[in-house]
Amino acid sequence: MAAEGTESVDMTGYIQHHLHHWQVKVGDSAFMTINVDTLIFTLLCAVTFLFLFVFLARRATSGVPGKLQSIVEAVVLFVDGLVKETFHGKSKVIAPMSLTMFGLIFFMNFLDLLPIDLLPWAWASGHQLAGHDPAHAYLRIVPTADLNTPLGMALAVFLMTQYVGISQKGVGHFFGEFFTAPFHAEGPIAKILLSPANLLLRLIEECVRPVSLSLRLFGNMYAGELIFVLIAVMTLGATLAHTSTWLLGFGQIVAGFGWTAFHILIITLQAFIFMVLSIVYLSMAAESH
Amino acid sequence: MTPNLTLVIQGLAFFAVVWLVMKFGWPHIIAAIEDRQNKIAEGLSAAEKARKDLADADARVADEIRKARVEAAAIIDKANQQATQIVDKARQDAVVEATKQKAIAAADIEAQAHKAREELRGKVVALAMAGAEKILKREIDANAHKALIDQLVTEI
Repeated sequence: MAAEGTESVDMTGYIQHHLHHWQVKVGDSAFMTINVDTLIFTLLCAVTFLFLFVFLARRATSGVPGKLQSIVEAVVLFVDGLVKETFHGKSKVIAPMSLTMFGLIFFMNFLDLLPIDLLPWAWASGHQLAGHDPAHAYLRIVPTADLNTPLGMALAVFLMTQYVGISQKGVGHFFGEFFTAPFHAEGPIAKILLSPANLLLRLIEECVRPVSLSLRLFGNMYAGELIFVLIAVMTLGATLAHTSTWLLGFGQIVAGFGWTAFHILIITLQAFIFMVLSIVYLSMAAESH
Repeated sequence: MTPNLTLVIQGLAFFAVVWLVMKFGWPHIIAAIEDRQNKIAEGLSAAEKARKDLADADARVADEIRKARVEAAAIIDKANQQATQIVDKARQDAVVEATKQKAIAAADIEAQAHKAREELRGKVVALAMAGAEKILKREIDANAHKALIDQLVTEI
């Protein structure tokens, strides 16, 4: 029973260790903390993304395209078509922004498909070689499973929405709509009566959007990561002497394969949904109600 | 789990990536795509034009051939006509020439015959004169009796 007890503690410790960020405090308050692992892997994804869509794009030929250029062009045309049929205003930012959202989130989500223990194990081993305690070597490699990333991007989209709204409609019209939409009224008295309701709805709407946008992505990726961790737990601390190890090992392989295959769909879908919803928000901000 | 400063950094990083893509990536890709679309459109229209040109040329060639055939037929007709004319004319000329030659020959014959007749008549006169001389047994002065002899000659 004692062995079982330590194993369960081990299990909890393993999971908690996996869900702990590599953090550096830069200030006194709890907010002044930086998740270094998130930043490093975001940078990695950004470099990959920029290599494809900026570095390669600069040498894009209008002649016969190579295979990589064909893929890049296919993605660009796909995003461009989506933006064109949803967003009717004129803006040079919306399409590249949508492409960035889709591409960057896809690459960040893709890190979830790497074996869950591979990079943290390598990191901990490196720590040990350097003479530090491997138990304190925290590493979470999926930036989108860190709430900061989806929320940061959603807030960026929020700011962009306001900017697009103001630039497409003008300041007066933009702030006027806070009081006149979605409930349209005839006559000055009805307008004044309805304006508080309009303002309230508008504020709620604006606040809910970034929250729902970020939590949808974060929830999916966090849950996905957690399930990978739980699949990994199936043979945690197991020895080949136990029959259960062989059964659970088989189950782990099947579950791991199944969830990874399913996750390919999820990571693409979530990146796509994030992009489409952002385009919809931006186009709603640009159109008069 | 609680948001921290990473949030701000990630938001700014996102904007930075968007800016890079907007400034240096997107326009190039779109330009390349549009350039290629234009090239393809031009190629297609050029091919269409070439096909039309070819059809036009074919029609023109057929037209030319038809015209040439008509012209050739006309030339052959004319040549035939001319040949007939030439033959006709030659025939006419030949007939005229033959007639002329015949006439000349006839005149010649007539003249020869006349000459022969004159000669014969002279000889007959001489013969008659010699006979009459012999018959009369005397010398007849040809000069004295010339009127008589001439009358005799015309009577013969």
